[in-house]
Amino acid sequence: MIKRHPEPLLWMLFSAGGMISGMLMPVLILMFGIAFPLGWVTPPGYEQITALIANPISRLVLFSLCALSLFHWAHRFRHTLYDGLQIKHLNEVIAVASYGAAVVGSGLAAYLLWQVG
Amino acid sequence: MQAMHHGDLYTDYHPRWLRRHVSTYWWLEKRSYFAFILRESTCLFVAWFAVYLLLLIAAVVDGPDAYARFLAWSASPWMIVLNIVSFALMVFHAITFFDAAPQALVVHLGHTRVPGPVVLIGHYAAWVVASAAVIWLLTRAS
Repeated sequence: MIKRHPEPLLWMLFSAGGMISGMLMPVLILMFGIAFPLGWVTPPGYEQITALIANPISRLVLFSLCALSLFHWAHRFRHTLYDGLQIKHLNEVIAVASYGAAVVGSGLAAYLLWQVG
Repeated sequence: MQAMHHGDLYTDYHPRWLRRHVSTYWWLEKRSYFAFILRESTCLFVAWFAVYLLLLIAAVVDGPDAYARFLAWSASPWMIVLNIVSFALMVFHAITFFDAAPQALVVHLGHTRVPGPVVLIGHYAAWVVASAAVIWLLTRAS
């Protein structure tokens, strides 16, 4: 039997996460992290933001954004610690902790988005 | 080997292993190495913003008061500084990620491969459209 390596799947998740976060995060940080807090733009009211997030397409996009971004982080973080800081003896621990955190975060995103509205 | 050369004494050849010791801070030695580590470390800000979004969604789930508290918290000076740094690194992440796309993504139209520059322009066009759509959605009611 051929041993299946998880690396191609993890790379796909990394790549998809890099793509969706690159597309959406700059504008979302600009709005929610800078423009609303500094008062450049009026933030949406409670009813509006609830309606926006509760839309089925928004829920799907937000879930993909959160989950895939966390897997993107997990993959890149693990490899950077390995290559950059040369922490090789903790490789397994770091991998389990990183991907584990991504799985937990994805579950949390699904739960919260289920509760909205 | 021993059977072929009885009596001869050979000294085993032990080359010294050529393993250069690499400093933990090798990425500070050259500009391009530093750019590489900076690009890789954008993942920390990707994770931060995923958490920030989850906190926003959790606040919206909790109700109007929690949402107001989230907005007030997001306006604290340290949070604004952190998010300005996050924004800069997120733009750097997006540019470096899209610039690598023509090498990673092979697109075919019929039997011809879509040339790299076209794939690149497609990504930037999608980026502009997605950003404009988000701004429109978030500002149309206010």
